[in-house]
Amino acid sequence: MATPATISRTTELSDSQYKWGFVTDVETDIAPKGINEDIVRLISAKKDEPEWLLEWRLKSLAHWFKMAESAGEPEWANLRYPQIDFQDMYYYAAPVTAEAPKSLDEVDPEMLEAFEKLGIPLHEREKLAGVAVDAVFDSVSVATTFQDKLEEIGVIFCSFTDAVRNHPDLVKKYLGSVVPYSDNFYATLNSAVFSDGSFAYIPPGVRCPIELMTYFRINTEGTGQFERTLIIADKGAYVSYLEGCTAPIRKTSQLHAAVVELVCLDDAEIKYSTLQNWYPGDKNGVGGVYNFVTKRAAARGVNSKISWTQVETGSAITWKYPSVLLQGDNSVGEFYSVALTNNYQQADTGTKMTHIGKNTKSTIVAKGISAGHGQNTYRGQVKIMPSAEGASNYTQCDSLLIGDKCGAHTIPYIEVGNPTAHMEHEASTSKVSDDQLFYCLQRGLSEEDAHHMIITGWSREVFKELPFEFAMEAGQLLKVSLEGAVG
Amino acid sequence: MLEVSNLHASVSGVEILKGLSIAVNPGEVHAIMGPNGSGKSTFANVLAGRPQYIVDSGSVKYLGEDLLTKMPDVRAKDGIFLAFQYPAELPGVRFWQFMKAAVDAKRRYAGEKEMAVREFDDLWKEKAAQVNIPSELISRSVNEGFSGGEKKRAEMLQLALLEPKLAILDETDSGLDVDALRTVATSVNEMRHPDRSFLVVTHYQRLLNHLTPDFVHILVDGQIVESGGADLALQVEESGYDQFIKATAS
Repeated sequence: MATPATISRTTELSDSQYKWGFVTDVETDIAPKGINEDIVRLISAKKDEPEWLLEWRLKSLAHWFKMAESAGEPEWANLRYPQIDFQDMYYYAAPVTAEAPKSLDEVDPEMLEAFEKLGIPLHEREKLAGVAVDAVFDSVSVATTFQDKLEEIGVIFCSFTDAVRNHPDLVKKYLGSVVPYSDNFYATLNSAVFSDGSFAYIPPGVRCPIELMTYFRINTEGTGQFERTLIIADKGAYVSYLEGCTAPIRKTSQLHAAVVELVCLDDAEIKYSTLQNWYPGDKNGVGGVYNFVTKRAAARGVNSKISWTQVETGSAITWKYPSVLLQGDNSVGEFYSVALTNNYQQADTGTKMTHIGKNTKSTIVAKGISAGHGQNTYRGQVKIMPSAEGASNYTQCDSLLIGDKCGAHTIPYIEVGNPTAHMEHEASTSKVSDDQLFYCLQRGLSEEDAHHMIITGWSREVFKELPFEFAMEAGQLLKVSLEGAVG
Repeated sequence: MLEVSNLHASVSGVEILKGLSIAVNPGEVHAIMGPNGSGKSTFANVLAGRPQYIVDSGSVKYLGEDLLTKMPDVRAKDGIFLAFQYPAELPGVRFWQFMKAAVDAKRRYAGEKEMAVREFDDLWKEKAAQVNIPSELISRSVNEGFSGGEKKRAEMLQLALLEPKLAILDETDSGLDVDALRTVATSVNEMRHPDRSFLVVTHYQRLLNHLTPDFVHILVDGQIVESGGADLALQVEESGYDQFIKATAS
């Protein structure tokens, strides 16, 4: 006879649960494959860039070639993937529109539809007030909403290209000031070939009344995506910035190597939230985005505060360590992260908190969820410099394992150079227990809903740092990403 | 409502239930009493479909259908509720949200619409008052950091919200002080209904002081050895389980 133990759920799971995997048919202006000085000059010329920026790109390229010849790609991360052929890749792809669109009416309707499908509001309807969006399609920013309203209060929010054109002094002053061109292999590559991205500047004393959002979308096959984001909060300013990313389903892997630089002056605060949902590859690990991102913030002023919150559910490979340089006295750095790996996804992610100023304080809450054959590594560094009198750090790393083929790894580095530092480190590894699961089932929840509820609850400490609607979306992302992992 | 015939079940390869039979009609309250290790909790868990509890033979019919082939969540949605002896903690999962999901799952199963937030909130507050639970529980995670008494009250709140047809109380009285015990008993009494049956699993008679059962069954070594009315519980209170154990042995 059938017994409860022998009844198994036969949920048919389709090959791909990734609902953002569509391709949009827009005409694309694409440069030949490969990386060399000509390509860099071409990118710079396409954007009509000033000489100093071209010089900076070329300097970066020369340095990158040196890096590629000597050490090559960094290999210290707990990641396994085939070697990337950097010459077999497009470095520039842009939707064909000779001029940047002046208004939404000039944006290719196919592209608008693509963003509509993603649920990204580009039409400035009344009900959407509250978020200004910059949409980056392949490498080019296609539309930025609410610009006029923001300008009234002095907030600059535009594509990186526009910033170079209209606010060259600000860009020149801060570009590379947090992540130098020579920083690391991928950041250096980005510095040479970056195409577009977002730029935001919040003037002194202004609290940006709406959230700024950039939505990144890779479309063209075989293209590397290299955006550059630069956000500056001047003295006493505040801004909440959101970032979302998706890509179509492709059998081949795509490289994404972005650089994000944040600068906070005295008494300023930047809250930076990311929902990273690049295509993760299929259930056998074919395809997916290789995400090698350098994100760093300088809490430069006294009493400044930087908060990174990330929910990482996408990408085949994630290599990402949003960091904070706590330079100003009393500055605060925070890192809240949920990273999920399912199927054959691999993530090596964490943060670096470098305490330089006095009485600086950092908080790290990193949660890793591993399912399927996923491998999840937390890698973090907390460094207290001798100058950082009275610094403190609290670190909490939690891992949750689903199934018996996945892995969780925690690699914390702690360097203390000042005896007045106060350090706390907590770590835990757990599974969804049979008791918890049965409790939910007994209340009528399906096995999948039960898992989702338990995992979302487990992630709450991070989710609560997200703006409300982003938190809802993050919950949904976890659910979709875990489909097939349980039951 | 519930018809159990010659049920044999085991946990980790050890046979615990050895031919248990019982019939429960709508509206009846049955108490299952027995010494430690007699199989009371196993019986409760087998009815709820806990995966680690393996049914070896026998049958269980619930509302005329074979219960044992149904998944645990389906049993729950069909109206079986288990008040746990040790309710699990769900860190970060808000109680309110958990119960809304449970109520909605049941409604969807019955082909009804999910409850509007406002409507559910009103219901939640009404039931919370009914089982005398502070409504500040709304903002807390399911069972996390609850005291023993709070956990049991929380189970009663869930019982009240889900309005089951068959409520199984697994040692709900264990670890409760006199006041909490009375609250639990009162809420069960208020939930009594001609269409709702209760199976009250308990070691002690004390809960039954506040909760007069229609039938009392004595479970010893996986079998029911004696059945009677409410006075049978008093007999246990006076002379213990030994008399029944000896009766089985002879």
